[in-house]
Amino acid sequence: MLYYIAQQTINAIQLGSIYALIALGYSMVYGVLVMINFAHSDLFMLGAFACLLLATMLPVQLPFVVILLLVMAIIGLLGALIERVAYRPLRGAPRVSAIITALGCGLVIQNTTLSLSPYPKYMPELFNSRTLTFSGLTITTLQILIIGISFGLMVALDFLIRKTRYGMAMRAISFDVRTVPLMGIPVNRIISLTFLVGAGLGGAAGMLYGLAYPQISSGIGILIGWKAFIAAVIGGIGSIRGAVLGGFLLGLVEVMAVAFTDSSYRDLIAYSLLLLILVFKPYGLLGQAPNQKV
Amino acid sequence: MSALLEIDNVTKRFGGLCAISKCNVRVMEGHAHGIIGPNGAGKTTLFNLITGIYKPTEGDIRFRGESIAGLRPGRIALKGIGRTFQNIRLCKNLTVLDNVRIAFDSQLHYSPLEAMLRLPRLGRDERRSIDESMKLLEPFGLTPHAHAVAGDMSYGLQRKLEIARALALKPRLLLLDEPAAGLNTGETAALTEFLRWVKSEFQVTLVLIEHHMHLVMNLCDRITVLDFGQTIAEGTPAEIRENPRVIDAYLGGTEVEQG
Amino acid sequence: MALPILVVLGFAFCVACEFLPIINTYTKGVLIMVGINIILCASLNLVNGYMGEFSVGHAGFMALGAYASAVMTIKWLPASVFELPLAVLFGGTVAAAIGFLLALLSFKTRGDYLAIITLAFLMIVKSAVENIEYLGGPRGMTPPVLTNLPWAFFWVVVTLWIIRNLVYSKFGRAITAIREDEIAANAMGVRVREAKILAFSTSAFFGGVAGALYAQVNFFIDPKSFDIVRSTEILVMVYLGGVASLAGSILGAVIFTLLFQALQDLGTWRMVVMPLILVLLMIFRPRGIMGMKELPWFLPKRELFTKRQP
Repeated sequence: MLYYIAQQTINAIQLGSIYALIALGYSMVYGVLVMINFAHSDLFMLGAFACLLLATMLPVQLPFVVILLLVMAIIGLLGALIERVAYRPLRGAPRVSAIITALGCGLVIQNTTLSLSPYPKYMPELFNSRTLTFSGLTITTLQILIIGISFGLMVALDFLIRKTRYGMAMRAISFDVRTVPLMGIPVNRIISLTFLVGAGLGGAAGMLYGLAYPQISSGIGILIGWKAFIAAVIGGIGSIRGAVLGGFLLGLVEVMAVAFTDSSYRDLIAYSLLLLILVFKPYGLLGQAPNQKV
Repeated sequence: MSALLEIDNVTKRFGGLCAISKCNVRVMEGHAHGIIGPNGAGKTTLFNLITGIYKPTEGDIRFRGESIAGLRPGRIALKGIGRTFQNIRLCKNLTVLDNVRIAFDSQLHYSPLEAMLRLPRLGRDERRSIDESMKLLEPFGLTPHAHAVAGDMSYGLQRKLEIARALALKPRLLLLDEPAAGLNTGETAALTEFLRWVKSEFQVTLVLIEHHMHLVMNLCDRITVLDFGQTIAEGTPAEIRENPRVIDAYLGGTEVEQG
Repeated sequence: MALPILVVLGFAFCVACEFLPIINTYTKGVLIMVGINIILCASLNLVNGYMGEFSVGHAGFMALGAYASAVMTIKWLPASVFELPLAVLFGGTVAAAIGFLLALLSFKTRGDYLAIITLAFLMIVKSAVENIEYLGGPRGMTPPVLTNLPWAFFWVVVTLWIIRNLVYSKFGRAITAIREDEIAANAMGVRVREAKILAFSTSAFFGGVAGALYAQVNFFIDPKSFDIVRSTEILVMVYLGGVASLAGSILGAVIFTLLFQALQDLGTWRMVVMPLILVLLMIFRPRGIMGMKELPWFLPKRELFTKRQP
C-alpha cells in the first residue's frame, strides 16, 4: 500500500510541476496587471503543438534542448503579442472587458487549432526514456527530465524575480501601476516581459505535457490549462509561491483521487476543492485581500 | 440635552499600526460637533468606526444609549446615522433623483413578490418615493438636475447631492466628511449658513470633519481635536482656539485661516 | 400602450404558426432558440449587467433547469397539457435554490474571485451530472419534445416582465447601487444581502427556465451542452446587446442567434469568428450596443421622465 502511495506521489509530482509551470503564468500576469489571462491555457496548448511541429515538420532533427528553447520563445512572443494587441488598448477600461477579451482570445486560439487539426495528434518520442527501479518504485528518466526541467525553470524564475532589476520592476508594478512610471520604470516593456516569461513557461509546460501524455488535441487547454488556473487561485492568484503551492497541491489531490476513487470523479473533486478553499480563504491559501480605501 | 453619540475609549489597530488610541468623544443631541486635526490624525477612521466599516479593537461606541460597535454598516445606517464621504461616493451612472431614491428606499416596505408582480402597493410606494425624493432636492438647488446623470455634474453639486442623499435616510445624526473641501471662502461661508439651516430644518445633529477653520469655528457648538489618533482636546470653539496643545499641534502660533 | 398590443399580436402569431403552415419547422426552431436565448441573456444581465458582477457560470443554471425538467418529463410526470409548465417551473426552482447558495458566497467575495467561484460552480455541475447515472451520465438524456412557439413566447414575456418589474423597484435600485458603489450603498441603508440573494436567485431561476425549455425542444441534452462554451455564448449575447438593458438583452440574443445560424457553414470556424467579434466589441464598445440605455417601452409610466436608465 505504501508503495502504491509512493508510486502515485511520483506521478503527482510530475503532474504538479506541469500545473505549477502553467499556474505561474497566470499568477505573474495577475500580479502585474490584476487581470485573469484566460488565453493562457490555450498558449499552453499551443506549446504542445509547437513542439509537435518543430519535431516533425523540419527537415533536420533538432536536439531536445533547442526545441524546448524554441517553443518557449515562440509561445512567449505570442503571449506578448496578444498583450500588445488585445489587452493594452483596454488598460483603462473596466476589468470585465479585459477578462472577456482574454476569454475571446483563448477561444479564437483554441478553435483555430481545432479547425486546423480536428483529430488528436501524437507526440513523437524526443527522448529515449529508460525505466529505473529502486526499492520497489519505478520511475522513468522521462519523468525525471520533466520534473527536473520544471524545477529548473521555477528556480530561474525565482532568480529573475528576486535578484534582477526586471523582477523588482515587476513587483513594483504589482503594487501600483500608475505611479511606477513616474519613477522611470518602462511599464509597457516590463509588462511585455511579464507576458513573455509567463507564456514561455506555459509553452514549456505544454511541451513537457506532450512528452508525458503523448496524445494532444486542441482541447487540452481547457482540460489542463484551466486546472492550472484553479491551482493558481487555490494558491492565491498573484502570488508566485502560491502558484507553485497550488500546482503541486492540485496535482497531488487529482492523482490521489484517481488512484483511490473512480477516475470520473477527478474533475468534480478538483473543482470542489477549489470551492471549498475559496469559501474559507476567499483569496487563496497565500493570497491577500485587495486593500480598499474608504 | 443628552449625549446622542458616545465614543468611549475606542482604540483601532490595523496590524502594527495604531490609528485611533483611547479616543473619547461625546456628541450632544442638537449640536454641530466638529472634529479637527492634522491629516492622518484618524478623523476619517473615526467616521468609519462609527458607521461600522471598521470594528473597534477596544472600546465601545454608543448611539442613543445603544452600543453599535461591530454592527454592520447597513444596520447602523438604518438606526439613523447618515454620512458623506471624503472622496465623493455617488452612484455615478445613475441620475441625481435615483441616487436620493436609493437612500429613501428604506422607507418603502413592499416585498420582492409585490415588486415582481406589480401589485398595487408597488405603484403607491414608488410614486411616494419619487415625490418625496424630488421634494428633498429642492432646498439643495438640485431640482433642475433631477434627471441628469450624477457623474456628469459639477463637483459642488455632487457634494450637495451627497448631503441630500444622506438626509433621505431621515437620520438623527449626520456625519459630514470635509463638506467644504474644494470650496473657496465665499462658498464656505454659504455652506456654513446652509448647514445651520439643515440642522434646524431636518432636526439632525451634525458631526463634521473639516480643515476650514472659519466653518468649524462659526458653525460648531463643540469641537474635538485629534492628533495621532488621540483626543488632545474637546470643548467650545473659544476654548479650542486658546488651547496651547491644539495650537501647537495644528493651528499654528497665531490663528491661521485654513482654506 | 403599444407594447401590450404587440405582445398580444405576437402571441396570436405564435399560436397561428402552430396550426397553420406559415413558417417551416426549421424557422420555428430558430425562433424558439431566439426566445430561449433572450431568457438566458436577460437573466444573466441581472447579475452581470445590473449588479455589475462577472458570472461565467450561467450555463450551470441552464444545466440544472434542463436536467430537472428532463427528469420530470421523462420519469415523473404523465403526459398532459400541464407537463411543460410544471417541468419549467420545477427547473427554474431547482436552479434558483442553487442560485441562492451562490448568493451567500457572494457576500464576502466580489469581482474576480466571485467570477472564479461561478466558474467552479459551472464545472462542478457539469462533472456532477457526468457522474450521476440517473441523469444519464456523460451519455445524456432524451426528453420529450414539448416546447412550442407559443410556450416559448409566453415564457419570454413572463421573464422580461418580471425582470423589468424587479429592476424598476427598490430592489432594482439596490442591485444597481451595489454595482455603482457597495460601500456607499451600505451607508445609505441598502439591504445589500437581500439584494444579492434576489439578484442571484432570480437570475438563476430564469436561467433554469431557459434550460428547461431547451431540454424540451432539443430532444437531447448532455453535460457537454452546458459547458464553458455555452456560458461564453451567453456572455457574448449580454455584452453584445448591452449590459443592464432589457432591450439590449433582446437585441443581443436575436443578433447572436441569427448570426450563429448564418455562419453554420463555417463549421468549427464559427467559434473563431464569434469570439473574435466579442474581442472587437470589448475593445471598441465595451458596454454593448445598448449598454445602460433602455427603450422607453420597457419603462413603467412613472419613470418615463428619465432618459438614462439603471
